[in-house]
Amino acid sequence: MSTETAKFDTAEVVLAARNVAKSYGAVHALKGVNFDIHRGQVTTLFGENGAGKSTLMKILSGVIQPSSGEIILDGQPVHFQNSTHARDLGISIIHQELSLAPNLSVRDNIFMGREIKGPLGVDFAEEERQARKLMQDLEQDIDPLTPVEDLRLGQQQIVEIARALSVDSRILIMDEPTSALSATEVEVLFKVINDLTTKGVSIVYISHHLEEALLITDHAVVLRDGAMTAWAPRADIDLNWIVRNMVGENYNLGAPPDGYEFGQTALAVKNMVVPDPGGNAYNVVDNLSLEVKAGEVVCIYGLMGAGRSELMETLAGRLHAASGRIELKGEEISHLSIAQRIARGLALVPEDRQRDGLVQTMSVGQNLSLASITAFTRGLFTSRRAEKALIADSIKRVTVKTSGPDAAIGSLSGGNQQKVVIGKMMATNPQVILLDEPSRGIDIGAKAEVFRLLAEGAKRGLAVVYTTSEVSECLSIAHRIIVMHKGRITAEFGADATKEMIMAASGEQHAA
Amino acid sequence: MSDTTKPAPATRSEGFSLLKLLLEGRAFFALIVIVAVFSYLSPNYFTTSNFLIMASQVAIFGLLAIGMLLVILNGGIDLSVGSILALSGVIGGALMQGVEIDALGVILYPPVWAVVVITLVVGALVGAVNGVLVAYLKVPAFVATLGVMYVARGVALLMTNGLTYNRLAGSPDLGNTGFKWLGSERIAGVPISVLVLAFCAIVAWLVLSRTAFGRWLYASGGNERAAELSGVPVKFVKVTVYTLSGMLSAVAGLVLSSQLTSAGPTAGTTYELTAIAAVVIGGAALTGGRGTVLGTMLGAFVIGFLSAGLVITGVSSYWQTVFTGGVIVLAVLMNSIQTGKGGRKA
Repeated sequence: MSTETAKFDTAEVVLAARNVAKSYGAVHALKGVNFDIHRGQVTTLFGENGAGKSTLMKILSGVIQPSSGEIILDGQPVHFQNSTHARDLGISIIHQELSLAPNLSVRDNIFMGREIKGPLGVDFAEEERQARKLMQDLEQDIDPLTPVEDLRLGQQQIVEIARALSVDSRILIMDEPTSALSATEVEVLFKVINDLTTKGVSIVYISHHLEEALLITDHAVVLRDGAMTAWAPRADIDLNWIVRNMVGENYNLGAPPDGYEFGQTALAVKNMVVPDPGGNAYNVVDNLSLEVKAGEVVCIYGLMGAGRSELMETLAGRLHAASGRIELKGEEISHLSIAQRIARGLALVPEDRQRDGLVQTMSVGQNLSLASITAFTRGLFTSRRAEKALIADSIKRVTVKTSGPDAAIGSLSGGNQQKVVIGKMMATNPQVILLDEPSRGIDIGAKAEVFRLLAEGAKRGLAVVYTTSEVSECLSIAHRIIVMHKGRITAEFGADATKEMIMAASGEQHAA
Repeated sequence: MSDTTKPAPATRSEGFSLLKLLLEGRAFFALIVIVAVFSYLSPNYFTTSNFLIMASQVAIFGLLAIGMLLVILNGGIDLSVGSILALSGVIGGALMQGVEIDALGVILYPPVWAVVVITLVVGALVGAVNGVLVAYLKVPAFVATLGVMYVARGVALLMTNGLTYNRLAGSPDLGNTGFKWLGSERIAGVPISVLVLAFCAIVAWLVLSRTAFGRWLYASGGNERAAELSGVPVKFVKVTVYTLSGMLSAVAGLVLSSQLTSAGPTAGTTYELTAIAAVVIGGAALTGGRGTVLGTMLGAFVIGFLSAGLVITGVSSYWQTVFTGGVIVLAVLMNSIQTGKGGRKA
């Protein structure tokens, strides 16, 4: 589906960002980015988690306002008041997170907020006809009257796409539109994108599947740490170019710690089966067995829906296994509560730190000490001195940059918030630490520090298990890489694995 | 890298910072204004005896508000406190009338201390029902406590057939005198009810600020999922706060029926709303995780002193209702202005 590039160099710029910056408190999500969208072409935005891709797209579609810089539409500076304003000017966006109302039907979701009016209120028949047509264009067998909650995640994403298509926009922004789509659905989407571009619609495309994005793109723009690091037409680039620019030339997440022997088996999982917590009739973790030794660093790689988070949550005690054993230093722990597991030395750093990791109403210090309150309780009362010492120790150990223990947790950057969550669990003196996507939404510097911290812990005999969906993070401090796909372990590699080997084993080439 | 941090606003943790004083000062300044205005309007307001009378009235709401604060810190709400107050009063009253045991043909007159203990246990049990409904059976707090509110009120009405127990003073012959002590006696001039409130407030303050349980409560109210993953027994915390709220309602019920030396099944109607108002005026967030005992006490005194002042200056009771409502909305308005300025603080 690649197209010749010669004619595109002259294609005019329809929408451009000039020196656009966006800060959330102390966090600089974008630092003066320039970005061009060409008429009738696909521009792909590459970058790691937290590079600022979604922020930039939200600015270009009026969802949020930039802190500084300007947006130029057809050569004129423009200020979007909100996303409706941007939509009226012909710009629409397919969000990374689905923004559908699950209780409403496909038809109602597609026309939400801009219902077709007839003489008797909403013209449902016309809406249904158009919705049916859209589903046909997308080659989907979805009835427009089905409630969205009854659809698969991939089908929901199709509805999200259909909604954006129904607007007839000139500029269509797609933020990770394929994350839940099957290979055939992706093919259909690409066909639709091709049709749109021949009609003169400009597309901005964001995807974690680099190869997939290379199939349809005309231009590539790479963001790193909120700044644009590279720009090139399709003809001049390849996969290596993208990766190099995404992660930086001297980007180093460290190497597996060495110079010591692993200890005894710290954590053993035997034939664990976890049914879907949503009540569906399949297992999110399917007969999985795993052993981790003291001092060993194990990386679990898998795509969204592979069962990594469910595995972690079951080990920590939030979810319950239907069968199988979990042994911590030889002791069966599957019947124990979360608190009892923490007390025995098993700690989890959850994936979503806002939802599961931090208490936003508490200070940095109180968050750090939350998991080890009993350690500074003397008789009935907590000891302020012991707590202070513990907090000071934690701040130093995980190098949190904060104005002090009393600072509001929201005043920290994403990376430092993550270090607080890690520090909180480290303060319980665990023997096994589980980290679910520890690098999610933090910048590269913080990422490297987090991995250095884990490697240091391993040297002291800590067993470390972390999950990731970025291959580059597997090939860092892990002694062993385990690939998960649909609740099962599909492959296991040593530290000498290559990206290609890992991606092949994860089912990624099928874009599943 | 984006690791620079701006100087953060001090939070309501330990230590007396100026910011903390200003934060809680809002209810405090309101109290000063109320006292000043009514002292100006009526010569009878600013007298020791009036303050003590007002304080003993505040004691009832104050006790309910402490329990309510615990529940609200947990992110819940307890609508049943007024009904539990009435039920406890009625149970206390019934016990004071004597318990007839048909099999033996005797009437037992339990001593006052036993009446108090039994009543507190009943209050705690009803509160525990709330807690189990909310924590384990996943009934939304509003609905669970609304249901218990009706049930407790209904049981109180059934027990008395809608009538009121009047003979609560006991008699020396039966060895059950002393019930009036709680409501009408004074120690060094201070009504016992005020001392009970002060005692409960100090214990609550110690629990919230200096014990592991207090930290668990703030954490699970601020983010239950995060607290649970940090090893906080969130369900235990939940059941405990509703139980304590029920028990404090029973204390309030005993104090009230002792003050009146009578116990009626309709006592304490809408008191739950006054208790919520006191907590909210005291700066607590209904979403949980934020709030202090000191603030709640100030909130209770603001409401109590305001309505007492309106009575003394002869304002119609209808206007009292309007003023109280205005104060509540104003307090919450200031809360949202404050959090609005503080930026996105969840």
